[in-house]
Amino acid sequence: MRIPVSALIGLVLTGGFLFVAIFAKWLAPYPIDLAVGGVWEGPSAQYWLGTDTIGRDILSRLIYGAQVTIFVALASSVLAFSLGAFLGFFAAVQGGWIDQTLSRGVDLMMAIPSLIVALVLLSVLPLNLTVLILVIGVLDSTRVFRLSRAVAADIAVMDYVEAAKLRGERGNWVIFREILPNAMSPLVAEFGLRFIFAVLFISTLSFLGLGVQPPLADWGGMVKENKDGLIYGKSAALLPSAAIAALAISVNLVADWILTRTSSLKGGRGG
Amino acid sequence: MADDLLLDIKGLVIEATSYPPGEPPKDVTLVHGVDVRLQRGRVLGLIGESGAGKSTIGLSAMSYGRGGVRLTAGSIRLNGRDIRIAGPRDLRSLRGKEVTYVSQSAAASFNPAKRLMEQVIETSLSHGIMSKAEAEKRAVVLFRKLGLPSPETIGNRYPHQVSGGQLQRVMTAMALCPKPDLVIFDEPTTALDVTTQIDVLAAIKEAIRDTHVAALYITHDLAVVAQVADEIMVLRHGRMVELGSTDQIINRPQQDYTKALVSVRSLDHAEKAPAPPVLSVQNVTARYRGTNFDVLKNVSVDLPPGQTLAVVGESGSGKSTLARAITGLLPPTGGRITFAGRTLSNDMKGRSRDDLREIQMIYQMADTAMNPRQTVGTIIGRPLEFYFGLRGAEKEKRLQELLDQIEMGKGFADRYPAELSGGQKQRVCIARALAAKPKLIICDEVTSALDPLVADGILKLLLNLQAEAHVAYLFITHDLATVRAISDKIAVMFKGAVVRYGQKSDVLAPPFDDYTDLLLSSVPEMELGWLERVIAHRKMESAGN
Repeated sequence: MRIPVSALIGLVLTGGFLFVAIFAKWLAPYPIDLAVGGVWEGPSAQYWLGTDTIGRDILSRLIYGAQVTIFVALASSVLAFSLGAFLGFFAAVQGGWIDQTLSRGVDLMMAIPSLIVALVLLSVLPLNLTVLILVIGVLDSTRVFRLSRAVAADIAVMDYVEAAKLRGERGNWVIFREILPNAMSPLVAEFGLRFIFAVLFISTLSFLGLGVQPPLADWGGMVKENKDGLIYGKSAALLPSAAIAALAISVNLVADWILTRTSSLKGGRGG
Repeated sequence: MADDLLLDIKGLVIEATSYPPGEPPKDVTLVHGVDVRLQRGRVLGLIGESGAGKSTIGLSAMSYGRGGVRLTAGSIRLNGRDIRIAGPRDLRSLRGKEVTYVSQSAAASFNPAKRLMEQVIETSLSHGIMSKAEAEKRAVVLFRKLGLPSPETIGNRYPHQVSGGQLQRVMTAMALCPKPDLVIFDEPTTALDVTTQIDVLAAIKEAIRDTHVAALYITHDLAVVAQVADEIMVLRHGRMVELGSTDQIINRPQQDYTKALVSVRSLDHAEKAPAPPVLSVQNVTARYRGTNFDVLKNVSVDLPPGQTLAVVGESGSGKSTLARAITGLLPPTGGRITFAGRTLSNDMKGRSRDDLREIQMIYQMADTAMNPRQTVGTIIGRPLEFYFGLRGAEKEKRLQELLDQIEMGKGFADRYPAELSGGQKQRVCIARALAAKPKLIICDEVTSALDPLVADGILKLLLNLQAEAHVAYLFITHDLATVRAISDKIAVMFKGAVVRYGQKSDVLAPPFDDYTDLLLSSVPEMELGWLERVIAHRKMESAGN
């Protein structure tokens, strides 16, 4: 199996981000919430990436921020997939009014911009990580529902699914043994994309002040804290932005590669 | 006569890169040094099973390789120059001018958004062979020659406005329009119904004769190629097996493989005596939801235990719908189905597990009938678990018994469907049906997608299994040779109704009704001059009327 260079770069970077997120406690040179230097100091041997708006070490906050951002994004993507894929498969297999009800419900949710829904929900509900994950996960699951319903509808008309139904198999067997294994590849690729959207979504929410709350650090929040520095020519806000971009691109490279591989199985380009 | 030599292929080697799942890509040789010589105005039939390389060789005559196929060695001389090494500019001027191509699926080859005439004359115009007016005139002449209805105006229609058989003839006109030296016919009648095939075949043959064009005629059906070709080349695994005149190949084949191809379909089966039925379909009527048209009209058939009822008809005659009605996938709107003495619930959801178990189904496309992510062991083993609760060693033992029954040895249980050949896949589907110990198996065109020799093997296996397990078959097919080989009773279907029904010997004996006569006389026979005889006979009859 040959791995293209772009995918290799993506894999290494994604792996790097995950490593940093998992071992943040040991990697970060300073605590997350301690003012250790002056305001907006430039990069130095002591503070590699400088300090922020109240003198905290930016590198340490980036490292802890990676942990929070990736954890919340991952948890909400997993929730979105479990919920969206199951309901999508269920709708495709059952058809009829069950399919209609679920699909129209999802249409309704998708008709309202998710950022507005999230803002409303988060201003009413208590602000903590669990609520954040639930809100993002449920909102994101609508898109997963659409994809998995479409994929499953293609598979559900195959003769082997009909054969299973003729045998008298129940819904669980049809969904988990006949359909799911054949729907995995497009779903895995989609997972990468949904994960990126979750990262961007959390960052947006935090930037607006409704996402991750202090003392925890996340990248969107760091942009918000340091954005005023831009006026004075301080680059502190650019570093978390760059981290968001780097994570998004590297995950995208991996997802792209998986998508190419799966489409080649269906008779597309080889390799 | 060297001057007459149009196409001279020597030592042609064709390679391609294959991408087996989970393994590194590897180069495979599709054609191992084949020689083809074709003189002007002659027709050479290329015949072989799938994978024999017949299409690949055919396309090489215009120096074309499909999707990653490379013409690696040898020479392809057309009109005296080697076109294998010709540049793209030379090839462009050659394709569509000296060589043209007729594909299997006309429906997939026409642009649905353009009128037929525009597409038929496109090549002639782009090569500057003739003016638009001349090209259109020639197209109309060709339409008439090919027996198309209203030849003056049919060119104004769009592809969806003509039937499949007509579209195939329009495509032949398209290929002949630029006055090429050579036409490649790639299975032009395979996708058509048998009653349509005969007309298209006769039209193609006449057009070839009248335009003095040379042709490569590619098909897997020896009886078809015998009607149009002057010479036949038999291919297998990318090598030539035998080359000879049509007369010699059909009547005096030399090689064992050719002999097997000629004698295929000679399978016969003694009819069993009538008996009380295990399956009785009484006045069944059915329609698809949301339509107001009955796809099954008052159908009544009986099937005794351990016997075979063949349901014959063209596509759209309702034979597969009958299978769906019996299985309960499409609940009938009227009538009654009794099975083993009990009345079956119309809808599949109302049937007991035993009702479901005792009626099994085998599909036409074994590829889509098996989950590609399950091993053979899981596919066959699941009914054992599901119906009989077998586990562990007991299940393994029964699994091996079933694999032995379908004549596949050990080591297949761990394989995935993608690792099996077409015939093996269909055998696994048969084993899956047998695993349920059914009283009735519905076989929906189970041999249609298979090569003749492989299909023969499957039919023999089914007959043996019937004798062993005393299972009844409802055998849906459009192929009358298969019907003769396997049936005890026959039902001929036409437009959703049974038009002729009874014991095999009665149904296949005259006097025939009009439709059965048409159907029976349209099946190509493995003899020279069959096509002319049938066409002449039909002309005489219609003149008599």
